Amino acid sequence: MEELVNIFVKSIFIDNMIFAYFLGMCSYLAVSRTVDTSVGLGFAVIFVLGITVPINYLLEAHILGKGALIWLGPQFADVNLSFLTFIMFIAIIAAMVQLVEMIIEKFSPTLYSSLGIFLPLIAVNCAILGGSLFMQERNFGNISEAISFGLGSGVGWFLAIAGIAAIREKIRYSNVPAPLRGLGITFIITGLMGIAFMSFMGIEL
Amino acid sequence: MSDTNNMPLKEPLFSAKNKKLLTDPLGKENPINVQVLGICSVLAITVQLKPSLVMALSVLVVMGTANVVISLLRNTIPPRIRIIVQLTVIASLVILVDQVLRAFLYDVSRQLSVFVGLIITNCIIMGRLEAFAMKSKPWPSFLDGIGNAVGYGWVLLAVAFFRELFGSGTLMGYQVVPNIFYEYGYVNNGLMILPPMALITIGIIIWVQRSRDKSLIDIS
Repeated sequence: MEELVNIFVKSIFIDNMIFAYFLGMCSYLAVSRTVDTSVGLGFAVIFVLGITVPINYLLEAHILGKGALIWLGPQFADVNLSFLTFIMFIAIIAAMVQLVEMIIEKFSPTLYSSLGIFLPLIAVNCAILGGSLFMQERNFGNISEAISFGLGSGVGWFLAIAGIAAIREKIRYSNVPAPLRGLGITFIITGLMGIAFMSFMGIEL
Repeated sequence: MSDTNNMPLKEPLFSAKNKKLLTDPLGKENPINVQVLGICSVLAITVQLKPSLVMALSVLVVMGTANVVISLLRNTIPPRIRIIVQLTVIASLVILVDQVLRAFLYDVSRQLSVFVGLIITNCIIMGRLEAFAMKSKPWPSFLDGIGNAVGYGWVLLAVAFFRELFGSGTLMGYQVVPNIFYEYGYVNNGLMILPPMALITIGIIIWVQRSRDKSLIDIS
């Protein structure tokens, strides 16, 4: 249990998707104009990461990894399908996003109308594929670790986009030098936020 | 003859229009500074010049090829499933690049770690496929892909140049800051190696570019 909390907190603050790895920057910069929309996108990312990372973990553990196909029979012990990782992961992500979209549309139309346009965009958000690839690189021991890593990364991304959106709403009234307005100042603020987040480095639970 | 078969004969290979496709993404339409696409990978791997160079070349290969393939297939792809088709084409090309890197440049490939895989979701590639290759002939699409990849590449290399020079005093792994500087108390700026400085460096590049070209200034 302690280990799970540790992974969760670490992936929110220390290995933050945006400030430490810059994943999902495209939608982070494009959608962070208002707080409302960025909160919506943030929830969608938490949701999709929490689902796709465990599924890709199972895929990695039982189909793609070296010797993972051994459950089919001893003659498969040497099969290593890891070169198929990218294409399988992205296919799972695209399919899951589509599925999640349909399920939400059916069961919660209000949530659907607020997330609506963002869900399809998430398929090409690097944070999602990045989450799965980092999961693969870190060799988690079991599926609950993968779940807590997925959810933690999502929450970290959510925090980052909600924070920058709030700052951008305020900064509209400030006197920023004209060539820096919009994109330039957003980059610099993100950098400063990243430096602030670095103070969490080294925390162990 | 084979090259010109796909296009009207009256248009030369490097007409003014085609040249524009190649040069616009370098400045006015730069994918990173102006269109804000494909930022993710720019920032994480620019600590040193060498991985950045490899990354820029990988993107160049993937983008040029993907644009041509999608452009050749553009009339046969059903619009409803085009995203999946595009992702499949890109993912297959990225797997090829990844395997080549692992075979011939293993240490750089370890350094780039997951970021080779993340070329798949690099928004520049998807963006150009969607916006250009889906409705253009193969040759202009190829030029467009190369132009955008070079536009991406120069920003990548510029950021990496400053970060490596000030962060570790080296370029491409060779020391360029002379030892005598260190003897008189010059110290490498450790902050440049940390991730947040990549963002600030890009912010400054955007600042310089926009103060030179006023038409790019964001009014909103």
